[in-house]
Amino acid sequence: MAGYADAEHDRARRFRDAALPHLDDVFTLARYLMRNAADAEDAVQECYLRALRHFDSYRGPAMKPWLLTILRNVCNAEFARRGRQTVASDDPPESGAEDVPLWQEPQASPEAMLVRQHDSETMRKLVAALPQPFREILVLREINDLSYQDIAQVAGVPVGTVMSRLARARSMLRAAWNVAEGAAS
Amino acid sequence: MNCAECEILIHALLDGELDAGHTRDVEAHVAECAACAERLKAFRAMRDAFAAADLKESAPASLRGRIEAALPAIPERTGTVTPFVRPSRRSFFGGFAAGAALSGALAASLVLTVFRTDPEQTIADEVVSAHIRSLQPGHLMDVETSDQHTVKPWFDGKVDVAPPVIDLTALGFTLLGGRLDYIDGEPVASVVYRRRKHIINLFVAQRLGTNHAFVGARTVQGYNVRHWSAQGLDFWAVSDLDAEELGEFVGKISAALHPSSGS
Repeated sequence: MAGYADAEHDRARRFRDAALPHLDDVFTLARYLMRNAADAEDAVQECYLRALRHFDSYRGPAMKPWLLTILRNVCNAEFARRGRQTVASDDPPESGAEDVPLWQEPQASPEAMLVRQHDSETMRKLVAALPQPFREILVLREINDLSYQDIAQVAGVPVGTVMSRLARARSMLRAAWNVAEGAAS
Repeated sequence: MNCAECEILIHALLDGELDAGHTRDVEAHVAECAACAERLKAFRAMRDAFAAADLKESAPASLRGRIEAALPAIPERTGTVTPFVRPSRRSFFGGFAAGAALSGALAASLVLTVFRTDPEQTIADEVVSAHIRSLQPGHLMDVETSDQHTVKPWFDGKVDVAPPVIDLTALGFTLLGGRLDYIDGEPVASVVYRRRKHIINLFVAQRLGTNHAFVGARTVQGYNVRHWSAQGLDFWAVSDLDAEELGEFVGKISAALHPSSGS
C-alpha cells in the first residue's frame, strides 16, 4: 500500500518535472488557437490531464512537441464540438474571411519592419489575425521554437507541407505588416 | 533553381533547416536575383523582429497551481475519467470519452517511441533532471561571472576534475558562471552558458557511469543532450536550444579544447 502510494508520488513527480517546464509554451499555443484566455486555460488544463493519463506510455521522442500535439487535439476536438471550421483544416481559408486584411502584394520595406520591431503588441495582433492553418505553423516555429520535423509531428502533416505553409504564413504576415505600417504612418 | 523554389527554401535557410547543398543553391540564386535577395532581407528582418518581440506568454499562476495541486491525487489508470480538479466553471472540455480523444497524430507519435534502458540513457535522464533543477529560481549558478578566470578556480577542491572554462561570448554563447551539481551521486562541475534566452548547462566530470566512451546526441523530455569525451573528461551539454545550435556549441567547445592544450 505504501509502495503503491510511493509509486504514485514518483510518477506524479516525474510527470511534473517533465511536463511543467513547458507550460508557457503550451499556454501560448493555446492562446493563439483558442483566441480567448478562458478557453485557452481550459484547453491547457485538459491537455495536461490527458498527458498525465498517457504518461505511462510516453517514451519520447520529445516532451514539448508531444504536449503541443495533445493541446492541438484538444483544441480541434473543441472546435469540432462547436461545429465550426476545425483548426485542422488543410484548405486555405476562403479569401473573403473578413477579419484578415491580407493578400495585398507586399511593398518591400524591411527597414520599416525593423523600425517597429519592438512593437510586440502589433506583432501579436498580426499573428493572431493569420488564418489557420498558417497561424499555428508560424506560432510553432517562431514562438514555440520547434524544428520543422517537430512541427510536422504536431500538425500531422509532412515536412514539405510545413515548409510551404510557413512560406505562405510569412508572406501574409509581411503583407499585413506593410498594411499596418501604412496605416500607422 | 527558380524563384518559386527559392521562395520556399529561403525560409528553411533562415531557420537553419537547409543542408549544405541546398544552401549553396539558394545563395547562388539570391546572388543574381534581386527579387529573391529582397525577400531574404525582409524575412530575415521579420525573424529578428520575432526574436526581439518575445511573444511567448506566461501561463497564469492560477492555472499552474490548479495543475500542480491536482497531480499526486490522480489515481492509477482506472478506466474512468477523473478530472484534475473539480469540473471547471464551464463544461467546454467535458464531452470527451477517455482515450477516444487520442488522435491519429498522437497515436503516431506513440508508435514512434523508443524504449531505452541502457545506462547511458539513465545518466542522460539524470543530466536532464539536473538541468531542469538548475532552471528553478536561484539554482542556476553558485558563482556568477562572465570571467573564465574566476569560474575555473572556484571549482578547485569542490570537484575532482579541473573543468575547462571557455569564454565563447564572442562566438555567440555567453558565459554566465558555474555551479556544483550531483549526477549519479557524484559531484560534477557545471559551466553555464546562455544563447539568446536559452540556457546551456555543460556538465564536466570524470567518466559518469559508463566505462566506454560514448559520443552521441539525443533528446530527453524535450531537451537536447550531447555527450562526448575529451582529455579524459566526460562532457554533457544540455539545453532547450535546437539540435543544430547545440551542435554548434559543442563544435566550438571542442575546437577550443583541442588546438591549444588546456587553457
